[in-house]
Amino acid sequence: MKTDPRTDQTTTYWPLAQIVLARVREFYREPEALFWVYGFPILMVVGLGIAFRNQPIEQITVDVEAGPRAEAVAKTLTEQPRFIAAVHSVDDAQRRLRTGKTELVIIAAESDPPSYTYRFDPTRPPSLLARDAVDEALQRAAGRQDVAQVKVEEMTEPGGRYIDFLVPGLLGMSLMGGGLWGVGFVTVDMRMRKLLKRFLATPMRKSDFLAGIMLSRLLFMVPEVIVLLVFARLAFDVRIYGSLAAVLLLIVLGAVTFSGLGLLVASRAKTLEAVSGLMNLVMLPMWMLSGIFFSSDRFPAVAQPLIQALPLTALINALRGVMQEGAPLATQAVPIGILVAYAVVTFALALRWFRWI
Amino acid sequence: MIPAIRCTNLVKSYDGRPPVEAVRGLDLEVRQGECFGLLGPNGAGKTTTIEILEGLLEATSGQVEVLGLAWGRADNEIRQRIGISLQETRLSEKLTVLETLTLFRSFYRQGPQPRDVLAKVSLEEKADSWVGKLSGGQKQRLAVACALVGDPELLFLDEPTTGLDPQSRRQLWDIIREIRAAGRTVLLTTHYMDEAERLCDRVAIADLGRIIALGTPHELIASLGGEHVIEFTLDGDTRHFDRAELGKLAGVSDFSHDNGQVSLSVSEPHIALPALLECLDRHSAALTSLTTRHASLEDVFVKLAGRHLDDAAGATA
Repeated sequence: MKTDPRTDQTTTYWPLAQIVLARVREFYREPEALFWVYGFPILMVVGLGIAFRNQPIEQITVDVEAGPRAEAVAKTLTEQPRFIAAVHSVDDAQRRLRTGKTELVIIAAESDPPSYTYRFDPTRPPSLLARDAVDEALQRAAGRQDVAQVKVEEMTEPGGRYIDFLVPGLLGMSLMGGGLWGVGFVTVDMRMRKLLKRFLATPMRKSDFLAGIMLSRLLFMVPEVIVLLVFARLAFDVRIYGSLAAVLLLIVLGAVTFSGLGLLVASRAKTLEAVSGLMNLVMLPMWMLSGIFFSSDRFPAVAQPLIQALPLTALINALRGVMQEGAPLATQAVPIGILVAYAVVTFALALRWFRWI
Repeated sequence: MIPAIRCTNLVKSYDGRPPVEAVRGLDLEVRQGECFGLLGPNGAGKTTTIEILEGLLEATSGQVEVLGLAWGRADNEIRQRIGISLQETRLSEKLTVLETLTLFRSFYRQGPQPRDVLAKVSLEEKADSWVGKLSGGQKQRLAVACALVGDPELLFLDEPTTGLDPQSRRQLWDIIREIRAAGRTVLLTTHYMDEAERLCDRVAIADLGRIIALGTPHELIASLGGEHVIEFTLDGDTRHFDRAELGKLAGVSDFSHDNGQVSLSVSEPHIALPALLECLDRHSAALTSLTTRHASLEDVFVKLAGRHLDDAAGATA
């Protein structure tokens, strides 16, 4: 073998590090991408935080059907600030109930002791709530005495609010989106530019390349996640009750898993359209079933084995366990196992099926 | 000495209706240390052939040996020792020239410093420019630099100057000559016959997936029977000047007739010209144009393929 006199034997070049470095440089030299990655999660938390903020007193709208005692009933109810009660004609009240403008219609008969008819839709939870509240108020007004002593403690502590439930879900969703879109688009773009073919023509190890893409994605994810967590803490006082290290470990694991999934989805696609379609196909079930906005336990028991096996469900459940409940990492062994299995299998399959040309 | 490249009876067909036979039984031997040109019009199968030799495509059948090694058995060893510039690669626009080269350098177990490679292709001043800001010629030189970072024994260049302006082409020719002078083997494809004539020690002319001529540019041109060409057109019909008449003229070794223009292959124009003029005079034919020039590889292609390079594009489609 010929050796150039200037052959460089002293410098060591690490291909994996070079691949990661190249990706990181390309990423931060693209300002629009920076906004979407870091600005978007914040916008989402703000929007949802406002939409789902805790309202201290939920007011109940009820109608009283016109009649001799109607005014008296309405007055009794409006003495309590939680009720908005008004007298409406029979037809009006009926129409308002049908269109959901009122939760409940009260028909007061002229009798002693007083007798009432409640008309409502039993499948509507607010109507059920209204029925109970109205009944309680009217019974008391009629002279009912409470027998048992009851004391109420209201809980609006951080940790138990909806926003505390929501943030781990958003974290999981953003790890999924970032992993799949980030890895998938970049990979298909390189394939279209024939850059993958050019790399194939070098002695580069294929596993180095795929691992480099995954690792670089991981690096972009770190600031993204920190931004989201810090913002949620400052704006909504969302705290992490478990160990921070455990949360970070789960985040890294989630990032790796979804980058692996992204590689697999992008392993054969030749156009951006094709890869977008595949991404949506993969992500849609998880958006719906994995419990980003409400607990996945609400789905029927038959579907649970499937839902629990989705990587996003595993990630969100583990994050909620650690962040909200302060559970030690060891108790999350099952979801962690699921995530690790996805990461290993998707990487291995991507390495095998990957189309370089 | 082991040839740098040897392939025998290479066939590549693509599925389709009907199946497309891009390469149909092609034999090639490239010796170590030479600059070898694979020439032909678009669609001749050049890129398919070179990509099979580079190990990027699998042949349908046939044997390929690169540096005495076979693809499928010693892939990493071959890749460490060859350098490749593909016909169309869009390198990352937001990386600098030096960053790009360092990335490619990291894939090879040995090779020169990236900065030294930049000097070889005269891109030192552009070391810190983004790839996206380079001109076409500079991008092409960077592509060649990427092929050089592994200190390759054998270099594949697929259409290295296609689409470049004349000055950029000459710059690349100088680079390729230096690479060749440093003792490396170069295999390049081109559809510019002048490029092959200037750069290559030997050329193979491909058409419709086969090699139709092989030799040094000088040999191929000499095979026309003369190194000069006389072309003329007449005021009026030229068709009654046939081979029998013109071929007999002193110093004329071949005759062809294309669209009213007559071409004569000539070894000694100073003898053939007076003879031709005398012959035309005898027939009272009036010349409208008369030129003489050196024969080129293009003339070789025209003689063997029966058509011009420009007309040949898409001939396999």
